[in-house]
Amino acid sequence: MTRKQRRMTIIGGSLAVLALAAALVLNALRDSIVFFSTPTMVAEKHVEPGKRFRLGGLVQPGSLQRGDNLAVTFEVADGNAKLPVAYKGILPDLFREGQGVVAEGALDANGVFKADTVLAKHDETYMPKDVADALKKQGHWKDDYGAQASGAARPAAATAQGNPQGAVR
Amino acid sequence: MIAESGHYALVLALGLALIQSIVPLIGARLRDAALMNVARSTALAQLLFVGVSFTALVMLHVNSDFSVANVYENSHSMKPLLYKITGVWGNHEGSMLLWVSILALFGGLVAGFGNNLPLSLRAHVLAVQAWIASAFYLFILVTSNPFLRIVNPPIEGRDLNPVLQDIGLAVHPPMLYLGYVGFSISFSFAIAALMEGRIDAAWARWVRPWTLVAWIFLTLGIAMGSYWAYYELGWGGWWFWDPVENASLMPWLAGTALLHSALVMEKRNALKVWTILLSILTFSLSLLGTFLVRSGVITSVHAFATDPTRGVFILLILCLFIGGSLSLFAGRATSLKQGGLFAPISREGALVLNNLLLTVACAVVLFGTLYPLAMEMLADFKMSVGAPFYNLTFAPLFALLLLAVPFGPMLAWKRGDLLGVTQRLLAAGVAGLVVVAIVWAWVRGGSALAPLAIGLGVFVIAGAVTDLAERTGLVRLPFATVLHRARGLPRSAWGTAFAHAGLGVALIGIVCETTWNSEYIATMKQNEVAHVAGYDLKLDGLFQRQGPNYREMIAEFNVSRDGEAIRVMTPSKRSFTTRGSSTTEAALLTHGASQLYVSLGDATAEGAIAVRIYHKPLVLLIWWGPVLMAFGGVLSLSDRRLRVGAPKPARARQRLQPAE
Repeated sequence: MTRKQRRMTIIGGSLAVLALAAALVLNALRDSIVFFSTPTMVAEKHVEPGKRFRLGGLVQPGSLQRGDNLAVTFEVADGNAKLPVAYKGILPDLFREGQGVVAEGALDANGVFKADTVLAKHDETYMPKDVADALKKQGHWKDDYGAQASGAARPAAATAQGNPQGAVR
Repeated sequence: MIAESGHYALVLALGLALIQSIVPLIGARLRDAALMNVARSTALAQLLFVGVSFTALVMLHVNSDFSVANVYENSHSMKPLLYKITGVWGNHEGSMLLWVSILALFGGLVAGFGNNLPLSLRAHVLAVQAWIASAFYLFILVTSNPFLRIVNPPIEGRDLNPVLQDIGLAVHPPMLYLGYVGFSISFSFAIAALMEGRIDAAWARWVRPWTLVAWIFLTLGIAMGSYWAYYELGWGGWWFWDPVENASLMPWLAGTALLHSALVMEKRNALKVWTILLSILTFSLSLLGTFLVRSGVITSVHAFATDPTRGVFILLILCLFIGGSLSLFAGRATSLKQGGLFAPISREGALVLNNLLLTVACAVVLFGTLYPLAMEMLADFKMSVGAPFYNLTFAPLFALLLLAVPFGPMLAWKRGDLLGVTQRLLAAGVAGLVVVAIVWAWVRGGSALAPLAIGLGVFVIAGAVTDLAERTGLVRLPFATVLHRARGLPRSAWGTAFAHAGLGVALIGIVCETTWNSEYIATMKQNEVAHVAGYDLKLDGLFQRQGPNYREMIAEFNVSRDGEAIRVMTPSKRSFTTRGSSTTEAALLTHGASQLYVSLGDATAEGAIAVRIYHKPLVLLIWWGPVLMAFGGVLSLSDRRLRVGAPKPARARQRLQPAE
């Protein structure tokens, strides 16, 4: 086998693997990407029920209600709009009313956001970066959120994985 | 005084690094040995001064000197001594100081133990090291000085993030940095080779041990970080495809490819250009990782600070080094001589396939990490790329790679016999298929994917064993001969087998944990019993306890199986008053390679508590796999050829000179 043939074999093989990878990536991009929305964006865009997305905003003070067997409901607000969220499971350590939260799940037929994951992932200002950016963009950013951040801000993460089907899987 | 000396030592280190960046190169142009040898002294002196600087910061933390901003923000006088020390790198400034300390350590090692390198190569390598070091010293001194004083010192510090107050912080970041930064050596060697325009098999022989050391630490560092997240975050996840995790996985993938291509270069003098490119890419990915973590473009547990000037500075360093090295590569690569020929079906061909799949898998991870960032910047919408994406892309590519792994070491160099190798691997293949059938029958239906993946894992392990059996002549030859041959086998052959088997072990662990993980989440009252995977967990009660800088609520569970008491498990929830935050300390019960995992949620008003109980079958294999891989790496590192391979300079003459 000459040098040229060897090179062609290697280039051919590389192209085949690259094509395979590109096909896999394009296929995955179609349905495994989760978009981030705020309640305002949900209200404006009319997200269809069943489509997964990430909802970010502030937990509306006074809206948290605990039901039986770890079921909780609360509202996520961003100043313009509110969206009710239902979740079953243990809320993360850093979950607080009036503070930032990101939930992942989908809307049901009644317009309630059924979350299967709740993240309270933020730094000392109790504001996830995604939520802070969205609030800033809408002009709802209050300076007192940022005031505490004058020192070096360090995040803490806590994640809760819920299980909507039942207690034992 | 300590803070000022630390600061001053760091400035001196910068000065030394600047000298080391220029003088050895002038020496190499003029062929002046004295000037070239400056690199050796400056590299060692740099190590000394950075060491002084790092020690100073450790002392400040240990003494709880809250007049220093870094200590005030990350320490507390009540914090246990271990966390006072580890807290040094539990923050942005300190972790960058650890980064440059390790860089200086590697530079010092090349200077101290690189006596068998040609003088000009060593001068070049150390000069390139000094460029990297200068950039990062400047970065620390300009944007993230850990020695800044506070004008009115507070009495008490703000304490370290509770999640980081764990033994994991003592091990994970240093290991990871030893890996990340270790790849700077192969980078410097690659740039030196391009500058000198000379590269040969001996070059690969020098680079391989350094790459191997970095790879071993990176492997252990990633595994350690994964286990830490598993037990500390409280919900049993061990890999999140978080951008920061990807940032450590990418150099690992590229570094693994580099290890294999350097092998081809060393043994067969082929793939030179590719090996050089991989060395550059591997370290570039390490730098990219540093950028992603340190710049605050992403949110994660690991991202300490979001100061825009830091991000811009690191981005500049990134562009300078990656852009510069790739341009140098583009300009010089063609001048490197091509190496030996080989047929597509051969050991070289298999290693090329390995490289291809590893780099493409790495590219997929890179895409998944940067795509959301690019979309946010260009199209102005946010999204996340998570596990589903990687399951559809990374997993198939890696499955393909694993399928090919057993074939590689059994193919001959230059021209291999695929049919013969397939015949010899028949037993391993049959073992894999039998396992698929058994697992399939065991779970009766369900997804076919899990049994197939476990079969693949078994095939990889059996393939590694087959390779050893073939080499020693097990089964064919009398036992005494086999023993003799096993002893005579190069350590690197054993290393290969262990590392490859480790892949199979990890795969089996990953598949079992994700497929047959059982979980129980509920609120429990006293004396209530939870049944999970054959275990009965009775909640005996809740207790309060005062720790050094936290209060904790402990739940006591009596675990029994079939009426037989096994152990008491005590998960707890700690609340740290200084930061007003809490952490969840999970309790683990290990049974073989499987684990029972209990963590606590909030207590309700009626004295009940939310609990999360998981049974994770064979979960420990996920981390035993990487440990096996690292052990294989260590065996390989101790191979005779890496110790005595490179030529020795004539030093004996100097020693014989009279003393006066």
